[in-house]
Amino acid sequence: MKVWHFSEMAYHPAWPQLGESYRVIIPSRLYDPKIGADLYHRYLDEWALCDELGINIMTNEHHATATCADSVCTIPMAILARETKKVRLLALGMPIGNRNDPIRVAEEYATIDVISRGRLEMGFVKGVPFEIAPANTNPADLMERFWEAHDLILKAMMSHDGPFNWEGTHFHYRQVNVWPRPWQQPHPPVWMPVGSPGSASEAAARGMTIGVLNTGWMRTPAIYEAYRKTAAETGRPATLDKLAYMALIGVGETREDGWRRADQILGYSRTSGIVAPQFMNPPGYASAAQSGQALKTSGAGFRAGRIQSRDGRNIDPRTMSVADAIDAGLAFAGTPDDVYGQLLAFYDHVGGFGHLLMMGQGGLLDHKETVANLTLFSKEVLPRVEDVAG
Amino acid sequence: MERINIAGVSLEMLTAGDGPPLLFLHGGDYFAQHRDFFGKLARRWRVIAPRHPGFGGSARPAGFRTIHDLAYLYLDLLDGQDLQDVVLVGSSFGGWLALEMCVRCLERIGRLVLIDSLGVKFGGREERDIADVYALPSAELLGRTFFDPASAAPDLAALDDDEAKSIARDRAATALYGWRPYMHNPALRQWLHRVHAATLVIWGESDGIVERNYGERLCRSLPNARFELIGQAGHYPQIERPDDVADAIERFARAEVL
Repeated sequence: MKVWHFSEMAYHPAWPQLGESYRVIIPSRLYDPKIGADLYHRYLDEWALCDELGINIMTNEHHATATCADSVCTIPMAILARETKKVRLLALGMPIGNRNDPIRVAEEYATIDVISRGRLEMGFVKGVPFEIAPANTNPADLMERFWEAHDLILKAMMSHDGPFNWEGTHFHYRQVNVWPRPWQQPHPPVWMPVGSPGSASEAAARGMTIGVLNTGWMRTPAIYEAYRKTAAETGRPATLDKLAYMALIGVGETREDGWRRADQILGYSRTSGIVAPQFMNPPGYASAAQSGQALKTSGAGFRAGRIQSRDGRNIDPRTMSVADAIDAGLAFAGTPDDVYGQLLAFYDHVGGFGHLLMMGQGGLLDHKETVANLTLFSKEVLPRVEDVAG
Repeated sequence: MERINIAGVSLEMLTAGDGPPLLFLHGGDYFAQHRDFFGKLARRWRVIAPRHPGFGGSARPAGFRTIHDLAYLYLDLLDGQDLQDVVLVGSSFGGWLALEMCVRCLERIGRLVLIDSLGVKFGGREERDIADVYALPSAELLGRTFFDPASAAPDLAALDDDEAKSIARDRAATALYGWRPYMHNPALRQWLHRVHAATLVIWGESDGIVERNYGERLCRSLPNARFELIGQAGHYPQIERPDDVADAIERFARAEVL
């Protein structure tokens, strides 16, 4: 199994001043660039440390939010492409249905792939519903745009004989000619975050690696099963390296230390869903059946029931405890043995996976604690985890 | 619900009455709340109220992506049914659609009625002529939409699953056609001089989606239009004041000159 360290680069100093929304409508006067600079540098330092610890690196992006100050996932990756030498770099990723210029995405990714000498893994993401407002992209044909951008980016990376023509439904170019060409041939590995069996099947049909986030003990098995089923049906049997799972990880010399770290990282889960309800259900973003249900509950219940304990109890992410998060399969926390044991149990429960997307920093976990968390993980857990799933 | 097939596109449709033809083009929301209004109009007209492609149970061909496709489809409807001297009534998004039809071809259209219409941009780039309904908290949205939300707005929680799904399709289709540029065609204003049919611009006095001054400006931009304000009504006066709006349309239809 490969392990990747992920942080949302939160701008947590603003959190105490936010109310019912941590996203979309919050004024940027709450952001102090001097504090922000220090935070960017420390998060980058933590990723740079991963190169020494043998933990791969994952970035993401969100917009107009204090929960994730990484609004362009390729910018930290561009820095880390030069600052690191060994580990692989996963941008998970670029919201290609919300970006207006897929060629620019191909150029950014290809450039990072070359600078890093072939260490990039490229993620294409649909984006959560509340990303629609900042991008002002049409939610009603988002996935059509997503797949057209996906096809165009891959073709642009794989074409090496001069310009080609693209006059699609959403994107129009008459001279597509991306320089540089990527280091990896035919193109860097492609990932997609997935939250439902339906989208897992779509990814499987294209051989993409799926990153499954926040689906826990209850929802993950059906997603992996859908992937394996479609992969088999389309003649490309799923290998474990096509399946990734994200978990919050707090590890300590004592169980108390590990739980304390996990509790601080859970600041991520407790804040990231706090969004003004009018941005939760953009028209056409979800299926008519799902969207209709959300209308009946005024949007408030749209994401309710997404986190469940193993006995089927709904867990409110805003107040989730470490024990809740472990029970729900969202966090692995405690001593190295605890973490390894919880991970193995989850692995067996879902039928195996080849990548652990480790949120080793989140919320209020400070630099010193993050370094301790990552370092202890690399020494005591990583060697054992690497042997799982080859 | 009845259905109509226009050039291979199958739409849900409500009809009422059997007089001369009146084509009603609905707005983005609240299609089911129009029965009273159609009942009043049916005293004089044969009301034809299709549900636009992609809305409710109406099909949307894959190539239908813009308001222009809808405009040509309904011009095809007028041709296909050989309708003459039609009273064309458009509400909100449907008003925009009616204008798009009228700048193209007035051959079969006798009179035009616009009710709290969208579709035209008057203000500058930092002015919002049309409220961003997708960014408003639900209570504020209802308050801007209706004069009296408590009696006019349906109880969404009481919908059955099919009704809720149908409304979700209405919302998705409205977004598909009107998301960006937002609920208007930047080029439409320069062609409004072509709408020389007799036009009545009806406005809800308390409309907080597109306010009265927008309606007055729209009226002044049309060559042959007059303005009528409906009291105690918001963005959908035909839902809140069906008698007042139906009466206004009847008076307008009887009038020899504006």
